[in-house]
Amino acid sequence: MDFSWMGWTTPTAIFFIAIAIALLLMIIWGVVAPQAPRRGILQFATTPGDRLFISMLGSAFICLGWLAFFGAPLWGALLLCLIYAVSVFKWV
Amino acid sequence: MKKTLNQKAWFMVLPVLLLVAFSAIIPLMTVVNYSVQDTFGNNEFFWVGLEWFEEILHSERMHDALSRQAMFTAIILLIEIPLGIFVALHMPKNKGFWSSLCLVLVALPLLIPWNVVGTIWQVFGRVDIGLLGHSLASLGIDYNYTQNSTAAWFTIIIMDVWHWTSLVVLLCYAGLQSIPDAYYQAAKIDQASRWNVFRHIQLPKIKGVLLIAILLRFMDSFMIYTEPFVLTGGGPGNATTFLSIDLVKMAIGQFDLGPAAAFSLMYFLGILLVSYVFYTLMVNSEGQGS
Repeated sequence: MDFSWMGWTTPTAIFFIAIAIALLLMIIWGVVAPQAPRRGILQFATTPGDRLFISMLGSAFICLGWLAFFGAPLWGALLLCLIYAVSVFKWV
Repeated sequence: MKKTLNQKAWFMVLPVLLLVAFSAIIPLMTVVNYSVQDTFGNNEFFWVGLEWFEEILHSERMHDALSRQAMFTAIILLIEIPLGIFVALHMPKNKGFWSSLCLVLVALPLLIPWNVVGTIWQVFGRVDIGLLGHSLASLGIDYNYTQNSTAAWFTIIIMDVWHWTSLVVLLCYAGLQSIPDAYYQAAKIDQASRWNVFRHIQLPKIKGVLLIAILLRFMDSFMIYTEPFVLTGGGPGNATTFLSIDLVKMAIGQFDLGPAAAFSLMYFLGILLVSYVFYTLMVNSEGQGS
């Protein structure tokens, strides 16, 4: 099959592979050590899947904010995203 | 009782997964790929990195379209939600001929396709042959939605209110019907005023459906395209060029696929965020209610 119409590039392929790996790891984590939903600082019940979604969505906005105020490259934003994601998994 | 472990059910999900991949995931991946490249067609792409995102984030045109969009959504929510509740409260409560008639009449605008709604209001608002336009002109009001941006906004808002308030009415009516009579009887014993009945019985009981109504109306109005496109085409000037109209102009009119892809991703993220917040609120309010 010819997928040239999708305009694949190495960075976007890495981006999607990283998301796929994250989802796969979450599934394995869920099977190995199932977790009940818990209430964190946001005061609503979240599963690890919810926390991953909140991390990813928030990270997208952190990157956009960084681009708007500081421009490319996004290394600083990526560091912020990592801190944000760890905080979400720990406290949300 | 011993449960048997059967993982075959996962195969039942497979058709949905394939369908979602084909209709949503693969197109979304393509949009992401386009957003970091420039193309002139023929599947030839040139890497530009995050340039389109920076351009869109600093584009005055996009800021204006976003402001118009936010204003439109805020106005129609401020009108449609209270109006929908008001109409639902005044519809016949008992099941019978009148309540059925009211429901059918209220639901009628929802059955009309969006492009037809745009065409109806386009004709309705015309000064030469339209009932609304001609009547307003007869009263001496300077009304021309093709030349006056206030008139264009007025027409689009009235059109949206006419088309979609019914959805809010139907949802609120369903919520109100599910309130047991005992609540009203208790309120009567306490001699509660009409306002107190609404504030302490009806409003808390319809909170769940009201959140669904707000979510649906937010998403629909934030993505509105067909009706204003048919009615005003985004004009006069850019007065009614909302985000989706501008996006289509950029992607199809100018064939700027890269910036349009970056723009649509940001648009998508915005809607995803608000929808997630509403969804969480909704699920939590249900949890609290039960």
